[in-house]
Amino acid sequence: MSDLFAFNGARGAGWSQPLPLIDKEVLISAIPAKLRRQNLPKWPRASEPEIVRHYTWLSNRNFGIDNGFYPLGSCTMKHNPRVNEKIVQLPGMDKIHPLQPDHHVQGLLAIYFEMQEMLAVCSGMDQVTLQPVAGAQGEFTAIRCIQEYHRQRGQGHRSKVIVPDSAHGTNPASASMCGYDIIEIPSGEDGRLDIDALKSAVGEDTAAMMITNPSTLGVFEHQIAEATEIVHSAGGQMYYDGANFNAIIGKTDPGRMGFDAVHYNLHKTFSQPHGGGGPGSGPIGVKSHLSQFLPTPIAGRREKIESDPKGVDDGYWYFWEDVGDSSIGKVQQWNGNAGAVVRSWAFYRRYGKELEKMSEHAVLNANYLRHKIMNPDPEIAEKIHVMPLNGAPADLVMHEFTLSLSPLKELHGVTGKDVAKRLLDYGVMAPTLYFPMIVPECLMIEPTETESKEVLDKFASDFHQILSEDPDIITSAPHTTDVKRVDEVWAARNLILKHPGNNSN
Amino acid sequence: MSNIPSELKYTAEHEWIRIDGNEIVVGITDFAQNALTDVVWVELPEIDVHFNAMDSYASVESVKSVSEIYAPISGTVTGVNELLEDAPETINIDPYGNGWICKMTIDDVTQLEGLLDSNTYEELIGE
Repeated sequence: MSDLFAFNGARGAGWSQPLPLIDKEVLISAIPAKLRRQNLPKWPRASEPEIVRHYTWLSNRNFGIDNGFYPLGSCTMKHNPRVNEKIVQLPGMDKIHPLQPDHHVQGLLAIYFEMQEMLAVCSGMDQVTLQPVAGAQGEFTAIRCIQEYHRQRGQGHRSKVIVPDSAHGTNPASASMCGYDIIEIPSGEDGRLDIDALKSAVGEDTAAMMITNPSTLGVFEHQIAEATEIVHSAGGQMYYDGANFNAIIGKTDPGRMGFDAVHYNLHKTFSQPHGGGGPGSGPIGVKSHLSQFLPTPIAGRREKIESDPKGVDDGYWYFWEDVGDSSIGKVQQWNGNAGAVVRSWAFYRRYGKELEKMSEHAVLNANYLRHKIMNPDPEIAEKIHVMPLNGAPADLVMHEFTLSLSPLKELHGVTGKDVAKRLLDYGVMAPTLYFPMIVPECLMIEPTETESKEVLDKFASDFHQILSEDPDIITSAPHTTDVKRVDEVWAARNLILKHPGNNSN
Repeated sequence: MSNIPSELKYTAEHEWIRIDGNEIVVGITDFAQNALTDVVWVELPEIDVHFNAMDSYASVESVKSVSEIYAPISGTVTGVNELLEDAPETINIDPYGNGWICKMTIDDVTQLEGLLDSNTYEELIGE
């Protein structure tokens, strides 16, 4: 088998179209002659078993967290508990429509309300919306709220957003989408925020600063309170990128650090199958001075009165609440990715008040794996060509860590990319590669809390094995995957955006 | 070990500058092209447009990352290297020659004094 377009031509289809309710000639005459199709489109045609086999074949060539260890830094690829699926498939969750009246969907509304409250408590914010469906959309939404806040106060001239050079690329992109100019500030020697650089970057034109904590190097920004003070005194707002929220829940929160707005990646922190573009959920939380700008509606509740129907029987009546005239409007049709919200609610409910254990284990796993990799047993160390360097000179990291493969590149010309590709042969997903860009030949590793000690030990051992292999084997990897080494440079220079078989007219 | 010609000027953002009468020629250094790896796309600045020093006015993309190119001084773009549109790999092959990116006028000659010499740039990249 190759691709779907191998199924074409005059083969029978596995489906049949219903007959039109209007006379065929009437339908055709409604379309101008020059726009009418002269030939049948060359769409793939296949029987149902052929289609099933095709997609099963494709899924077998794929690699996901259900196939093996997936230490993709910053992406928090944790196990997706199957109980989440059971709950999201309850008829009251997946057989409802966004336009159904409130009294039909009290259960879902109650879950939305509880998620808003839980996320507000975990982040030290006052109000949460679950509408954005991706982290980047959450960033955009929050920066738009900050922009409206400035405009309402006659501060619309504030035109600059500050980001550290270790930031996720989406931060400057989101601010740029809102029309802001970006000021990038360099990190200090220790990979952390450079307070002096921040001081000289702020001014009367500062609209906001966007930063994640722990940083993308996996280290905690211990000067964060000072940073928020500096930005606030200049009249700017502080935005917390919640991509690394898995590291801090129950230990500290963005509100305490002084932030005004935050986004959460439910698909990362609260488990949800993700990757390949979705389905995500990127709610945002804001302090009370920004809540009037949130997208509308949010889930609200009031005390129940006698005439109300039964509902979820917790003493409250839930409803979609309009945010008001200052709202930036909707950022998504309907009310966000409800399925992702429900799965994440199910995940959090399994921890309940012990949610902080999730972060504790995530940080423990990252530090254990980092230590294990950086301190091989003497007999193994002897065989290793050269050890990688720590990406950050910190004794302890948070939920992820970075390694620089520069020494190996200098010694044998083996790059971080080569090692990442060789890991595929060992049945694990390659870590995040070449990010953050301030670490040369960077591998960024995030084991998450859901992996056992045995999995981490095996990964460290495989990693050491690779570091002692013949450089030629590493630089030509992967050897065991369906698709071998691809020529990324050729592919990028010779873009083919249209499938050659898709010549339907 | 990177090639750092002594007759050129440099910036901390890994650009090189050749002063050519009333104009400068700008490109990225050997160190930069090596760190970027294979260049796959170059976005050139617009001709006749004025930029201030440190304005982002071009970008160089490899399979690894996209890097902004900043105007080393204030001036107006007078020419761009169109060869790079079809052969971006020229930046890897000949960063100081055929891999040049653009030419600019010089608003204020005193700004040239702020550029780095080859020794300072060498120290900066720590080789």
